[in-house]
Amino acid sequence: MEDFLIEFYFFLEVLISGLLTGTLYSLIALGFVLIFKASGVFNFSQGAMVLFAALSFVGVQEKFGVPWPVAFVLAIGIMVVFAYLVEKLVLGKLVNQEPIILFMATIGITFFLDGFGQTIWGSDIKVLDIGIPTGPLFLFDTILIDKLELFAGLVAGLMVVGLAIFFNKTRIGRALRAVADDHQAALSVGISLKTIWVVVWSAAGLVGLVAGIMWGSKLGVQFSLSLIALKALPVLILGGFTSIPGAIVGGLIIGAGEKLAEIYIGPFIGGAIENWFAYMLAMVFLFFRPQGLFGEKIIERV
Amino acid sequence: MSGMDTLMTDDTRTIGDTLLDVKGISLSFGAVKAIVDVSFDIRKGEVRAIIGPNGAGKTSMLNCINGFYHPQKGTITYKGITRSKMKPYEAASQGIGRTFQNVALFKGMSTLDNIMTGRNLKMKTGILSAMFWRGPAEKEELEHRRYVEDIVDFLEIEAIRKTPVGRLPYGLQKRVELGRALAAEPELLLLDEPMAGMNLEEKEDMCRFILDVNDEFGTTICLIEHDMGVVMDISDRVMVLDYGGKIADGTPDEVRADQNVIDAYLGGGH
Repeated sequence: MEDFLIEFYFFLEVLISGLLTGTLYSLIALGFVLIFKASGVFNFSQGAMVLFAALSFVGVQEKFGVPWPVAFVLAIGIMVVFAYLVEKLVLGKLVNQEPIILFMATIGITFFLDGFGQTIWGSDIKVLDIGIPTGPLFLFDTILIDKLELFAGLVAGLMVVGLAIFFNKTRIGRALRAVADDHQAALSVGISLKTIWVVVWSAAGLVGLVAGIMWGSKLGVQFSLSLIALKALPVLILGGFTSIPGAIVGGLIIGAGEKLAEIYIGPFIGGAIENWFAYMLAMVFLFFRPQGLFGEKIIERV
Repeated sequence: MSGMDTLMTDDTRTIGDTLLDVKGISLSFGAVKAIVDVSFDIRKGEVRAIIGPNGAGKTSMLNCINGFYHPQKGTITYKGITRSKMKPYEAASQGIGRTFQNVALFKGMSTLDNIMTGRNLKMKTGILSAMFWRGPAEKEELEHRRYVEDIVDFLEIEAIRKTPVGRLPYGLQKRVELGRALAAEPELLLLDEPMAGMNLEEKEDMCRFILDVNDEFGTTICLIEHDMGVVMDISDRVMVLDYGGKIADGTPDEVRADQNVIDAYLGGGH
């Protein structure tokens, strides 16, 4: 009985840790969903935006010696300017082009942003410390939770709820959903595509900044941050590219799934499956529900 | 709708000066000529119809007026201002509203939300206030919601307020789309085949709404149809297009008697 309880607590620990990591995946996936919904662009540069935002945040602190809340506001400003420039210089010029062309453009943005960020702020690994609590925390004296993971999970959860309210209850949110549904009709009621694109890219930038700060506190701000964003891909496949709840649920499933698989399946096939398990899961999932858990099912009349 | 007298008759309608003046516009896509040197005008307060067989350039004309297309030749003067390349949302902000031939609603959104998007230009709340200072934003939302409810009553679609429009039958979707255009309080309303695909009863309803909008709000209306029937009954003036060119223009009676029009419709001319 005692053994069973210990096993069970251990299972809970793994599950909770997985779910908390999952909220961060959700957060990054949300950045993708926002842009995809509003413009049909699959934004490959989301990962680079995470890195760039985190670099800017740390860089501003280092260069000007300002406290972190000031740096946070400045970093948001930088991401808004970035969003504006993307619309002005890239997407605005490619209106009505094929999705694949827009996708290629975002690959261009990715490499530019990776290089540009490191040119301005330097390429060494930077420590990011804004006083987020770290270390273990014991729930009911038995279940161990990482404080940083818990904090990150809460922040990500709040962001997700906030964005969901913003996009469901406000004028701009309604305009965004309108644009996502039908470009022409949106234009005819006086919604400016430009403004909406700047808003969603800014929101994706903000989401990237928060994700970058959370992951940066864990791993330091370094190039590998931009790769974490790739984890959002299986999340999107699970959740559907157009669904905000899908991004949330998908993130949780991937986060919990990969941790549990590592512990419970890993030993049988030699371990270290955490890195690829998510992608496998997504691929198998594709066989059964190609539109994702919450994605819109496309039925065409023949 | 609120504050408007409901009982006005045709006689009280005044048709005023030129609201929109189109001069010699031509539009082509590569070798295909959609519109060839067409001039016409729309006067304040009238119901103006553009008719013609399929492919005559009617929708292209509407698309030029609200800025989706920019004609290669000619000028468009709206409210005395001749414009260069106007964007659709600019046209909307100057009071040009429209509906589409193949209903272009936001299918995932409810009837109310769809019509609310029409209020977009009337709402002022900025992004920051919408996120952090909800008080004024919510108050504004409520005010506009009231206006939208009036439109819902006017169009008699109370029962489908909360229904996602994708699930509605075609005739009702057309009505919601009209509601969305009305929500912007347009001065000039462009209707692209508002009665296409409807049964007789729905057509009669739609006619009534169009005439009411024209009467009660004084909205100038420019509508397109490809069958002559009902249009002749509700329009003040009719322009006929065929193969991108204008072949007749005048009162319904004049147009009906025009030999060119008869040929175009009965196929005698080609």
